[in-house]
Amino acid sequence: MASIEMRGLTKAYPGGVTAVDELDLTIADGEFFALLGPSGCGKTTLLRTIAGLERATSGSLHLGGVDVTTAAPGKRDVAMVFQDYALFPHMNVTDNIAYPLRIQKVALGERRAKALETAEGLGLAELMDRRPGQLSGGQQQRVALARAIAYRPQVFLFDEPLSNLDARLRLEARTFLKRLQGELGVTTVFVTHDQAEALAMADRMAVMESGRIRQVGTPSDIFHRPANVFVANFIGSTPMNLLPARVAGTAAGLHLMLGDVRLPVPAMAAGLLHEDDEVLLGSRPEYTDLSVDQRPDSLPGRVAVVENLGAAALVSVEIEDLMVQAVVPEGDEPRVGEPAWLTPQNARALVYRRADGILVANPQQQPAAAERTEPVKA
Amino acid sequence: MSLKAALAADHPVATFVRRVLFYTLLTLVAAFFALPLLWLVFTPFDSNPGLAVKLPDFTLDNFRLLQHNPYALSSLKNSVLIAGGAMVMTVVFGALAAYALSRVRIPGRDALLYSLLLLSSIVTGTAAMVPIFLLMFQLNLIDSRTGVSLVLAGGLLPAAIFILKDFMDSTPRSYEESARVFGASPLQVLRHVVLPIARPGLATVAVWAMVNAWGDFLIAFILLRDPEKSPAGVVMYTFYNEGGQANLHLISAFSLLYAFPVVAMYLFVSRRYGFRFYGGIKS
Repeated sequence: MASIEMRGLTKAYPGGVTAVDELDLTIADGEFFALLGPSGCGKTTLLRTIAGLERATSGSLHLGGVDVTTAAPGKRDVAMVFQDYALFPHMNVTDNIAYPLRIQKVALGERRAKALETAEGLGLAELMDRRPGQLSGGQQQRVALARAIAYRPQVFLFDEPLSNLDARLRLEARTFLKRLQGELGVTTVFVTHDQAEALAMADRMAVMESGRIRQVGTPSDIFHRPANVFVANFIGSTPMNLLPARVAGTAAGLHLMLGDVRLPVPAMAAGLLHEDDEVLLGSRPEYTDLSVDQRPDSLPGRVAVVENLGAAALVSVEIEDLMVQAVVPEGDEPRVGEPAWLTPQNARALVYRRADGILVANPQQQPAAAERTEPVKA
Repeated sequence: MSLKAALAADHPVATFVRRVLFYTLLTLVAAFFALPLLWLVFTPFDSNPGLAVKLPDFTLDNFRLLQHNPYALSSLKNSVLIAGGAMVMTVVFGALAAYALSRVRIPGRDALLYSLLLLSSIVTGTAAMVPIFLLMFQLNLIDSRTGVSLVLAGGLLPAAIFILKDFMDSTPRSYEESARVFGASPLQVLRHVVLPIARPGLATVAVWAMVNAWGDFLIAFILLRDPEKSPAGVVMYTFYNEGGQANLHLISAFSLLYAFPVVAMYLFVSRRYGFRFYGGIKS
């Protein structure tokens, strides 16, 4: 068990690409930590740098308090599960799981017994004589995990652990991985480009963009209070509505003007805005109410598209030349072409400075508690 | 039915006639290639061997005659030593070089490989014989079986590296990285992971190198002096009688013995590993 500490960690390639840029990050002992970001953001390079497969250009990396910045991969006591699982095709399951023990020169009989013991814990005992080519994707993943567990490392590193599984298996594996990590209590870092995976599994996560961390926090923090427009856009199963607005003052106080429509300042930004500030009003479709009757403090538009999500529907409303989306519970879907009024939930709406895309919020101010206000009935 | 109709291209009779002509031609072509092989199989057992293919007047005398020839059987042993040495060197050095070239990015790597391949296929053998002879002379390797093996391996290596590199390229790096993270040394990675996965490629190259070296005549003929050290290909050249005519008794029997090991090895490896050439050249 160990914590992971990165100070000014940088990985630059000779071609001039900086994949990891002066990263400072501390991952606590026993934490399940997600590195999330679009492809090419440097998350896999960061994971490989922790593993030692890439050598850091500058900065330092400590595992469990020991400086391993320049240590060889085999000396770091980390186990990595690769995206393609990297099971050795010429070895059967037993030999694959026992491979780390073979390197440690454990006697044949003992390592076979340990491999079987580890495999039993993961429900693989029936498959010990098979080759990786004869296993399903989910089984291969569990063999790869068993091999990592047999190594008894201080840190697990998972590179896109679920991306090679089909959709249904992915959900199962997600639950399985989270429980396994909880039981083993080993510090685990995993890389994913799927925000739903990160939100579901991680204790904490970092959102990365072009080699830098844009936000670190718990999944709930990051979902409810994205620190900037990039994170706001990236997180969430449907992208956040970001509406350009200007702050205007009246006798009653400050308001947001979206074109001619006047909206109240969201609670989180209260007291932090000045007249004539150019901002973006952020409101998740889930936290945007839709009404087919005219209401005050709402944006008038016309329903353009209704997408069925199963238990809910995603409604796109055309407001002048903007498309704004709202999630409506099933049964309440408006018809296409109808007029509709959208109201961002004031307690959950966010305000970003237009100039640099940074969240305007009181650091102590937490978003409204998770209870969801009853959507307005059509 | 008029003759004209029968000659029309799609008429059944015309189709039939064309088929007959086509298969007759194919049979002739096949026979042309089969005849030397038939000669190889029949003539060694003929009491009166000639250059024509005929059913043998069965005898094993030709093989008995071969036994009494002072160089025949020892030359087969020499062939095994020379071709085996060339094969081992080609596979070992080829595998190491291919692995390195597949994993390390150096500028001009592909150009280097292509030019080596090109030069080796054009230059070795006849054209380079004089410099090779001088080189071996300087190295004091004239009249040495090791020398012959070295020259043969040198000629085979570029193509072997080329083929093996393709095999190594098709092995995902994550296998090696996975082993490295578990603490395996580079040599362990090679032994535990890379070589077992590249085994079909190694087998292919081994057979190919063996067959090539086994069939060599010129290099051994030029570099060896002592008939005691000559391989089969060179010794066969000495099988003529006092009148200077080819001794078909010896040549036919010896040819069969000479061909047998290579065919056997080819069949063995083909059954065991299957010959797998993955593509040729990757972009």
